[in-house]
Amino acid sequence: MNCGKCKTKAVISLPRHNAAFCKGCFTAFVHEQVARAIKSFKMFTPEDRILVAVSGGKDSLALWHILLKLGYRADALYVNLGIGSYSEESHRKVRHYADQVAAAHGATLLVHVVEQEAGAGIRELATLLHRPTCSTCGTIKRYQFNRAAVEQNYDVMATGHNLDDEAARLLGNVLHWQEEYLDKQSPTLPASVEGFAKKVKPLCRLSEREIAAYAVVNRIDYIVEECPMAKGSKMLLYKEVLNRLETESPGTKQRFYWGFLDKQTKPESAAETMTEKDQRTLAPCQSCGQPTTAGTCSYCKMMAKAKTAAPR
Amino acid sequence: MIVQLSHPQRQVEIKGPKRTKDLLRELNLVVEAHLVIRGDDLVTEDEMLADADQIEIRPVISGG
Ligand code: SF4
Ligand SMILES: [Zn+2]
Ligand SMILES: [Zn+2]
Repeated sequence: MNCGKCKTKAVISLPRHNAAFCKGCFTAFVHEQVARAIKSFKMFTPEDRILVAVSGGKDSLALWHILLKLGYRADALYVNLGIGSYSEESHRKVRHYADQVAAAHGATLLVHVVEQEAGAGIRELATLLHRPTCSTCGTIKRYQFNRAAVEQNYDVMATGHNLDDEAARLLGNVLHWQEEYLDKQSPTLPASVEGFAKKVKPLCRLSEREIAAYAVVNRIDYIVEECPMAKGSKMLLYKEVLNRLETESPGTKQRFYWGFLDKQTKPESAAETMTEKDQRTLAPCQSCGQPTTAGTCSYCKMMAKAKTAAPR
Repeated sequence: MIVQLSHPQRQVEIKGPKRTKDLLRELNLVVEAHLVIRGDDLVTEDEMLADADQIEIRPVISGG
């Protein structure tokens, strides 16, 4: 398989875009997708100071990398959750990237260690509070990232949420009709009140596989191992289901999530009822009188055709 | 060929030569959720993998 752009050997094919790319052209493709998201959702400008929430995983490190390569002023914050070897390893990966790559771009890594402020790691806290670990974790991360962004005067906070994350979350919200959460799925959330940082998701046009491929191609050393708490999460199930659909019909995830965003930005035209719409568009069939949007209804057309077709 | 898998970390031995997409199918893995890496390089689904190749199949889906 060859690159559709330069005809050298391809390293990845993207069925949903009907494309295949070599290393260089793939990197350019990813940068272009991120640049488009930044522009179309008015995320930030080259003057803005950005704080990237990094975990050591592929998405957040790739995001930091892409923003630096695109010339943005992006620092990062890592929150050490105190989850044994997983936290130690992910912390090492983030530190390594910050020293080896980010520093050369003048970018800084900030670190918050949960144990230092709370006196215990996230799992111990969750047990103390009788709450699920992931919800305790979510609250702490949201709080720390927002606080750092606001207190240290960043213009915007960026997270590594990708197309798969957002499509899976949308599926979950729709399955349970959690309409109140749908607004939060926009790739840009405004600093609505004093004390809230503006939040953006520049990777929302890229699939998880594309981002992992970007990390491999650009030699970004991330933690492949998962947080042990993620095991059996609903998100994983939704993603699995969506990926099976994606395999059968490429582009499903993107149509699902982008279609939702389209609807969200363009509110329906002053709600015409179904009756009003039918009255506007339907008229009696010239041949049989049943309602149709065409002059002659599709049934009559079909019958006419069947009658004129040469009998055997 | 030696194939390195994750979640949990393990190695399996698979007879080559074999196309990437057939290797994934044999291991019951979905293309959309995995990358296949030979040495340090990503390969496409139509690539032929030889018996001597060092292969890593890396899952790309995270649940956080
Ligand atoms: S899986 Fe749960 S505990 Fe682990 S990082 Fe994600 S939210 Fe936190
Ligand atoms: Zn190319
Ligand atoms: Zn008719």
